[in-house]
Amino acid sequence: MSRALRKKEVLERLKALGEGVYTQMQRGIFPAVRMASRSVRNIDYDPHLRQYVLGDQKVLRSARNVRHLRPLAQLLWAGHVARSLVSQGKTSTLRDLFYMAQADEVHFKDQAESDNIVTDLETILGYAREDFHVFPEERSSIFGDLTIEYTVPGYEGRRLNLMSHPDGLVIGPTLTSAEFVHCNAKICIVIEKGAMFTRFVEEKAYERFKALLIQTAGQPPRATRRLIRRLNQELGLPVIIFTDGDPWGMHIATVIISGSANAAHLRELATPDAKWCGVYATDIVNYKLPSDPLTELDIKRLYELKKDPRYEGELWKREIDMFLKIRRKAEQEAFSRYGLTYIVDKYLPDKLKELAL
Amino acid sequence: MTGMAVFEEISPADFFYRNRDIAGFSSPSRAIYSTLRELIENSLDACEAVRVLPEVRITLRELRPSPTGAFFYSVRVVDNGSGVPGDKIPQAFGQVLFGSKFRLKQTRGTFGLGGTMAILYGQITTEMPAHIVSSTGDRYIHDYELMIDIQKNKPNVLRYKVHTNRDGWHGTLVEFTMEGDYTRAMPKVLDYLKQTAIVNPYADITFVDPKGRLYVFERTIRKLPSPPKETLPHPYGVDAETLYRLIAMTNTKSLSAFLMEHFHRVGKSLAGKVLERANLDPNRSPKTLTPSEVSDLANVMRSFEDFLPPDASCLSPLGEEILEAGIRKELNPEFVFVTKRKPSAYSGYPFIVEVGIAYGGGIPRTGDIVLYRFANRIPLLYDETSDVSWKVIHNLMDWRYYKVNPAEDPLAIIIHLCSTKIPYKTVGKEFLSDRPEIEREILNGVRLAARNLMLYLMRKRRFEIGKKRFDLYARYLPKIARFSTLLSGHKKEPDIGPLLAKVSSLGLESPGKMKGREGSHEQSPKEEGSS
Ligand SMILES: Nc1ncnc2c1ncn2[C@@H]1O[C@H](COP(=O)(O)OP(=O)(O)OP(=O)(O)O)[C@@H](O)[C@H]1O
Ligand SMILES: [Mg+2]
Repeated sequence: MSRALRKKEVLERLKALGEGVYTQMQRGIFPAVRMASRSVRNIDYDPHLRQYVLGDQKVLRSARNVRHLRPLAQLLWAGHVARSLVSQGKTSTLRDLFYMAQADEVHFKDQAESDNIVTDLETILGYAREDFHVFPEERSSIFGDLTIEYTVPGYEGRRLNLMSHPDGLVIGPTLTSAEFVHCNAKICIVIEKGAMFTRFVEEKAYERFKALLIQTAGQPPRATRRLIRRLNQELGLPVIIFTDGDPWGMHIATVIISGSANAAHLRELATPDAKWCGVYATDIVNYKLPSDPLTELDIKRLYELKKDPRYEGELWKREIDMFLKIRRKAEQEAFSRYGLTYIVDKYLPDKLKELAL
Repeated sequence: MTGMAVFEEISPADFFYRNRDIAGFSSPSRAIYSTLRELIENSLDACEAVRVLPEVRITLRELRPSPTGAFFYSVRVVDNGSGVPGDKIPQAFGQVLFGSKFRLKQTRGTFGLGGTMAILYGQITTEMPAHIVSSTGDRYIHDYELMIDIQKNKPNVLRYKVHTNRDGWHGTLVEFTMEGDYTRAMPKVLDYLKQTAIVNPYADITFVDPKGRLYVFERTIRKLPSPPKETLPHPYGVDAETLYRLIAMTNTKSLSAFLMEHFHRVGKSLAGKVLERANLDPNRSPKTLTPSEVSDLANVMRSFEDFLPPDASCLSPLGEEILEAGIRKELNPEFVFVTKRKPSAYSGYPFIVEVGIAYGGGIPRTGDIVLYRFANRIPLLYDETSDVSWKVIHNLMDWRYYKVNPAEDPLAIIIHLCSTKIPYKTVGKEFLSDRPEIEREILNGVRLAARNLMLYLMRKRRFEIGKKRFDLYARYLPKIARFSTLLSGHKKEPDIGPLLAKVSSLGLESPGKMKGREGSHEQSPKEEGSS
């Protein structure tokens, strides 16, 4: 969908939200807003879409229920803020929003509460918060031979090559909304940790593999997931994900590939064709990597993952079982035992071959 | 003569002098408290006897330090009561065990001892005479200065004057000097006055203490409790001692007539049955009974089943209106419930229990229920934990059932027992023994009160929830209106009036509407295991 169209539709849906409440009040009815339920029981994995989706259950936020009054007021406030942001072409962060509320005498207990209202608004509008210009604080970064063109007011038409800064460029609102102009990369490598990302840049991995490098800094923010999806869909770049060798690393990859339960109300965030390329449990064995014993929490997490429909694939099953068998985990940096360049020189080419990329 | 003990006859005045501890004069501070208490109670009795709204003026002045380290005080109490007939004044105030309240009717005083004992104590500690001025409202005011002859138990009049009573004044002024310690007695004295005011809201009491501080306990209700009627003793309460006394004074010629004349609710046929059971000829003269026959008769009378229960008309309970007024005036609580139980009797003595419960407002949170105990309108201040009311509240009540937490809730319980004979456990007249009949009435009264408190608290909680609810709507509906208007691009905000009206019509009644008057006295709570 084109950006302009998107903007128009977001604005229309916001207006419809306000209109519904307004007319109900005008008629002397306690206003209510209906939205899809995000309760665990209404979240299903859609094997077709290869992501989590919400089921048919709806919830009603009704002013008839005194406990819904505050969330309803908060929701409409958030809608009002979203409308101003989108129509004025401004952006805001989740944290900003939490503080802005105080100025309007809408009280949020904590940021978790305001974040949750933003999620409500996403559910009602069917658009991600980035579409109404609200961004998270955590930022990941990107480096590689891709030229983009900004679309934000004041920068429209300006171009930038993403190799222009060796620390990488922050994946913020302006970058997420930019158009891709020219790309010389053939693959996108997503890396969990900043230190490893820097190593990849230093070792010129982007040249050797013709790669765009993205650093997620842990669980990737949605803007980053959206960008990864766009790189995959719009530019046809294969995506590989390189994380620590533990259940948490595996899950970073899974969320990029299949989406998170938290965002089951949203589409266009998942990249189902992305591939996890390590560190595998089998790598720990095969490469004799320095490793640490799994903690109790790690093991508990592995058993949870075993039951998760997103982990149905052959690879996942094999690796989970191997983790449980060897009861050890390894970080990306573990490859340093073979020298600083080993990972780029040997491991990665091996892996690409293995994944047939 | 050798080896035989010498019996020395001592006068009652002498006896009480030697045993002044029992009568409440064991220390200078206790003496102050007991003196004020005895004089105030005499004054209140004197006012109620002629049914005037009491006005009692008390003044305590410090004169000089006493050799024992305490102080000498001048105490003065003036009332607007019955007054004492001129010729009776010396005896009433100068002779121990002379009194007008020996009959079976509810009064505060009983023994003919209290006030006189105070005067006696004053005389012993200061060697000064007492000053009494009194009039019954006739043309004369009698003015005495007297001392008590301790050995002879006789008044010794030092000076007597008669003034013309121009204004028709009636009442009594009692004034004397005594040793005491007001500083230490102060908390108890003030407590006593406050509690006296609770059960005497129809009295106007002022007290000027030695520092010149004025305490005013204002009258808030112009209604006296209905007066007690005199009654004869009930046969169940009889002992050999009483029989002897009655036999000595009776004019009746037959035992049958004796029983009918001197006992409460005894008719001819009942008298016959009793005498038959005691194997006594109904026509015999009572004066001919031998000591063993007297004690047999007393035993039969006490165990005879067919007597009617004693009549309670000789009692003078406060009534719910007066008790509530007293509680409101002195404790200023948020909620009060009072109940007067039906008359009942223990060993031939009629009694009535009145119970009040007061919650919130001026009631402090002390970590426990504040208990106020009264017997015949006298506050009982000492030995609370030995009292039957304490036992009821702490051991017999299951407060959880009433959703009350005695450790946290600001709660006071007021128990008033009226009876022709208060079952004090000791001579100190400070706490009631646990007679099962009295205990049951107190328990039932407290339960009824507790249930009404629970209803009130539930109503209040509901009201508060309703109020909170309304406040939330009043706060958030305008915001919803504003933001939905901004969001939809309308010019004018929707009117939230109709919605707010809907909210307030849903359960927003004030708990104040509820009067402390729910449930009947007959009701005995079935919820709790009966005792
Ligand atoms: N202020 C007063 N007004 C009228 N009569 C009084 C007053 N004070 C005392 N009397 C009379 O003096 C009598 C003796 O009083 P005293 O206090 O010694 O005994 P009591 O009140 O009869 O019994 P108790 O020993 O229980 O106090 C009373 O019975 C009463 O007749
Ligand atoms: Mg007396």
